[in-house]
This record gives sequence, structure tokens and C-alpha cells, in this order.
Amino acid sequence: MPLIRIENLARHYVMGTETVHALRGVSLSIERGEYLAIMGPSGSGKSTLMNLLGCLDTPNEGVYELNGKNVARMTDNELADIRNREIGFVFQSFNLLARSDALHNVELPLIYAGLPPKERRERARATLANVGLGDRMHHRPNELSGGQRQRVAIARALVNSPSIILADEPTGNLDSKTGVGILALFEELSRRGNTIIVVTHEEEVALHSRRVIRIRDGLIAADEINREQRAVVDGAAVALAGITPLFIV
Amino acid sequence: MSRFREMIEMIRMALNAVRTHVLRSSLTILGIFIGVFSIIAVMTGIRVLQSNLETAMSGLGANTFQFQRFPAIRFDDNDWEKYLRRRRFYAADMKRVQEKSTLAQAVSATASFGVGEASSKFARTNPNISAVGVTPDGFITQSWTVESGRGFSEADDISGRRVCVLGADLAEKLFPLGSPVGQPVKFLGISYNVIGLLARRGSLFGQSRDNFIAIPLGTALRLYGQKLSLTIQVQAPGRETYQDVLEQARGAMRRVEPGIEDDFELVSNESSVGQFRSLTSAIRLGAAALSSIALLAAGIGIMNIMLVSVTERTREIGIRRAIGARKRSVMIQFVAEAILLSEIGGVLGVIAGIAFGNLICFFMQVTPIIPFDLAAIGLGICSAVGIIFGTYPAWKAANLDPIDSLRYE
Ligand SMILES: Nc1ncnc2c1ncn2[C@@H]1O[C@H](COP(=O)(O)OP(=O)(O)OP(=O)(O)O)[C@@H](O)[C@H]1O
Ligand SMILES: [Mg+2]
Repeated sequence: MPLIRIENLARHYVMGTETVHALRGVSLSIERGEYLAIMGPSGSGKSTLMNLLGCLDTPNEGVYELNGKNVARMTDNELADIRNREIGFVFQSFNLLARSDALHNVELPLIYAGLPPKERRERARATLANVGLGDRMHHRPNELSGGQRQRVAIARALVNSPSIILADEPTGNLDSKTGVGILALFEELSRRGNTIIVVTHEEEVALHSRRVIRIRDGLIAADEINREQRAVVDGAAVALAGITPLFIV
Repeated sequence: MSRFREMIEMIRMALNAVRTHVLRSSLTILGIFIGVFSIIAVMTGIRVLQSNLETAMSGLGANTFQFQRFPAIRFDDNDWEKYLRRRRFYAADMKRVQEKSTLAQAVSATASFGVGEASSKFARTNPNISAVGVTPDGFITQSWTVESGRGFSEADDISGRRVCVLGADLAEKLFPLGSPVGQPVKFLGISYNVIGLLARRGSLFGQSRDNFIAIPLGTALRLYGQKLSLTIQVQAPGRETYQDVLEQARGAMRRVEPGIEDDFELVSNESSVGQFRSLTSAIRLGAAALSSIALLAAGIGIMNIMLVSVTERTREIGIRRAIGARKRSVMIQFVAEAILLSEIGGVLGVIAGIAFGNLICFFMQVTPIIPFDLAAIGLGICSAVGIIFGTYPAWKAANLDPIDSLRYE
């Protein structure tokens, strides 16, 4: 049984008299532990697809089965718990709480997971340190650079150790060195059996995944296996990127 | 997540939210404050008066009632003539009550026989000392405690001895250095031997209750005539027999046909308090109405501010929902915020209201009180206001679509 199975998924937005078809019927199966990249031009429907996969949005047509369960039939609480425990979502626009500092932002999923404050804080600290923000814990989003915000968003997605990571342009705002660090993080998570789905514009990033899906105009244009998956973690690459071995919660 | 931890978390979030909008929050809080303050202040004021009233009315002991010609509190003078037409009570009335009230523990009578100047060989007072004649049982029914010396005996009363007991203030004035017991005191030109000193009763509504002289009723009747008008006190042995004793005594006192209202006033601590209550009920009602209106307005204010807050924080709500907050958590967060707003006003209102209500203590020199029950009710009402007016905005927040809220600018 695939982890994710979508069939004929369609999503359109009605804007007055006009209807924008963001997804026109997408079918896809993703196995547990896959490392998958989604590519496509701007406006092709990548974020729309990610929102659906992340149980945030509901499709107008089609079926989405997560772990063999039809998402459309899940209760609101079940969906909330899946978003909290199963899925780590890195938003394209970060979506951090503007009035809270980095630490609290990263702690947030753990609050709803019901962890005691001390444990929560510890884990949030460790995860922030893990993305290289150990010295920015008490900065609010507007006191952080774009790349730093992105890393806070990544830390928040990872802090509750979700088995599925959905990252919408996670390296979009990062310099290549930090970007590589994040990719190394994903790689390590993938190695540990997590399922990773990354939306990206950069072929470079896609090269690290095992499978690349190309979307155009709300349809899947290509679904390819990447035979020469690139790694950053082993040997030379790590040394090149100057990455210290990462501690992963 | 555990309910308790969830609550703590939500309260913390609510505190943060209130802190970030101090001015806006303060205005809402002010509304609640006014509503709670007005009712608590009035109720506390009334309570202060009432708590001092029991002793104020008659100084009666426990389970004691008193027959008197005029009512203890009067508000309209229309009935004045009715009271004037009433008969006076004499020694014979007391005798009859004494005989008929077989269940009573003590029956006494008192008669005021003048106000004037008292003097000893050391000092003299202003002519404002009140004087009362009292039977031996009057010490029991009026809860007088003899501090030194003794009270009146039957013999003092029957043979009309010229003895007296002094209130603590009067004794202090007349005998600043030593004990008054055994010394002579002159009042309205007649000399009495002091046989007892009464324990201090304290002042009430600014008036000393220890500035008087008491002589046996028998003595007073001999000196000032049998036509002195009496007040008669009856004490029941306990709460259970109180009603029976009261019926017996009333039967003995009544001089009118059955079915016609009593031709006297029956006063007890309970009846005084009851009378006071009914007189203040209008004030109470007015205060309740006023504060209800204030709280309603404040509640609408809370609802308004919460609706604004929900709209402003649409993105925040979207984020929380996206990372796994259940609807319930969002709901609780916003209701907690509404309750917190309301309770801040409530706590301040209760404190200020109790303080203000006790202000009359300074003017009337009575004991202040802290009405914990009123405080609890006040805070309870605030929580209710928070819940009632916070629920709809919170419900709105909880039911926002996560993805739409994330896109909200
Ligand atoms: N809420 C919305 N209302 C109306 N149209 C929308 C909405 N969200 C997305 N769209 C439209 O749906 C289409 C797909 O949008 P989507 O955000 O999925 O693109 P994308 O592939 O993520 O693009 P990018 O690479 O720029 O992020 C776009 O044409 C967009 O205009
Ligand atoms: Mg996008």
C-alpha cells in the first residue's frame, strides 16, 4: 500500500466569473520513504498540490488516500492531528507567527502535541541549533533575514519528528552553502526512512532526490526516476560544503 | 493534550495577546470594571450597615425580642399618629408577660427616664448622659456584661435602692483614676451608689454606647413615677423555642381583638434586619440594574474587541491550524482571552468596590467588612460575561478555513 495515493485530484478557484484551474486531475502514488522533488514553472500548481497533500486544503475532485485512509472522510480533529504529528510542512511563505520569537515559533507544534514546557523548549532549541540558528532563538521573524526565517520554518516542520516532510521551496532564500546544509538534513532524514517531498525551481536541488515530478498547467508532465541521485552527506561533498555532522531529533 | 496543560497554555497565550494591545484592552476592561465596581460598592456598603445594624437597633442579645411602642426604623411619617395613639406599657404589662411566657428564659423591662449631667467627687460630665431603669434580667436580655462589682438583684429592684451601674465611658469620665465601685454618683440631683461597672460595648455609627447610667427599674419608678413608659424584652432559651416564646409573649401583650394587627411594635435583631433589607431592596435593585446594563455594554465591548482581534489575527489562526491546532484549541484560546479581559476588570472592580463600599466605615465609625461571597459572585459573573460574549468570536476563529486564513493579508 502506498503512503500517498492521489487520483484525478483537481482544484480550481472561482474568481468572480472566472475559474482558475490550478490542478486539473493529478494522479500519483508515493511510497513510504521516498525522496521526491516537484518541479514546474511558476503558477503551475505546485503549492496547490502541496497544500492538498498536507491535509490543509480539500480538492474539488478526486481522491486522496493517506496511509490507505481517504482524507475526505477524516474528521477535522484527525486532520489536525495528522498535520501536527505526521506531516512537517515548510511553507513557501514561511508562515511564522510575527509576534513570537524563533524559539516559540518552533515550539508551537509541540504545544499542540501536548509536550510539557521543559521538554518542548529543549527540543525546539536543539532543532533550531540544528539548522544553524542557535544564536537567534529570541529573534522575532522581522529581526531575521529571509534565509533565517526559512530555516526557522524548516525547524518548525521538523521539531515534532514527522514521518512526512513537505517542503515548498525550502532553499529558495538560502545561499548555496546553507542550502546544501538543508539538503544534507533532508538526506539524513530520508536515510532514516522519512518521506520527503520538495518543491523546487532548482535542478541542483532536484538532483538530490530519487524521483522528480514535473508539473505544467496543473497536470503532471513527467515522472522520472533520478538514477544518479546526488549526495551531500558522504565524504567529500560534506567536507566541501563545510557541514558539521547534524544532530537530528 | 492534557486538559490542564492546555488551559495553562491558553492562559499564557491570552496574557500575551492582552499585553500586546494594552490600550485597547484597557478600554474594554474599564467597562467591566465599572459594572462590577458599582454593584460591589453598593452591596458592600449595604452589607456594612447591615452588619452593624443588629447591635445598632436595640442592643438585644441572642434569641431576644422586644416590645416597644414605636418602630425601630421609620421612613414615612404618615403612620406617626397611629403610633402616638398606641398605649404605653407599664409594670403590669411586664408582669403579665412574665407570667404568661412560661417558656421564656428571661423577661425584662427598661425605661428611659432622662438625659442630664452626672457627677462624682472627681468630675462632672456634659448634660448628655442618658439614664435608664432596668430590671435584673435586663442584663441578660441586653447582653450587658458586668466587668467589676455586680448587677442588680431582685432586692435592689423591689425595694427601690439607690444604686447604679455605669457604662465604661461614663465611669472613665467620672472616675479617671480608680474603680467606681462603692463610690457615690449624682444624676439629676439624686445620689446613687455605684455597685457595678459594665464592660465596654464600643461605639456604633459614631456614637458611644457606653455613656450611660443604669439604675434598678423599681428605683426609677419610685423616683419618677409609675407612668414611665416601659420597653419589654423577652429572651428564649434557644432558637428552637424562639417562635413559641414569641407567640406566648405576644398573646400576653395584645390588647386587641384577634385578627386586628398588634397594638405594639415587636423588634428583634431579625426583624430589624428584615426591615432594613426591605428598605434597601430598592437601592439594591437599582444597583443591580445599573451594573447589569454596564456589564451588558462591557460584554458587547468584549465581543467587539474579540471580533476585531480574530480578524486581525486570521493569519495567526491559519498558522496554528496548519501546524496541528484542533478547532477546540483555537476556541479555548479565544474564549480564555475574553475571560481574561473580563476577569482583569472584574478583579479590579471587586477590589475597588469593596474598598469604596467600606468608605462609610470611616464616616460612621463602624467595622469594615470583606464580603468574600460578593467577591466570588462578582468574579463568577465576569467569567460568565467573558464566556457568553467571547464564545461567538472564538467559534468564528475556530471555524476559519486554515488555507484561506493563511492567505489572508
Ligand atoms: N487562493 C487562490 N485564489 C485564486 N487563484 C489561486 C489561488 N491560489 C492559487 N491560485 C492560482 O492557482 C494557480 C497555481 O498556483 P500555485 O500557488 O499552486 O502555483 P505554484 O506552482 O506554487 O507557483 P510558484 O512556483 O510561483 O509558487 C496560479 O495560477 C494561481 O494564480
Ligand atoms: Mg508555490
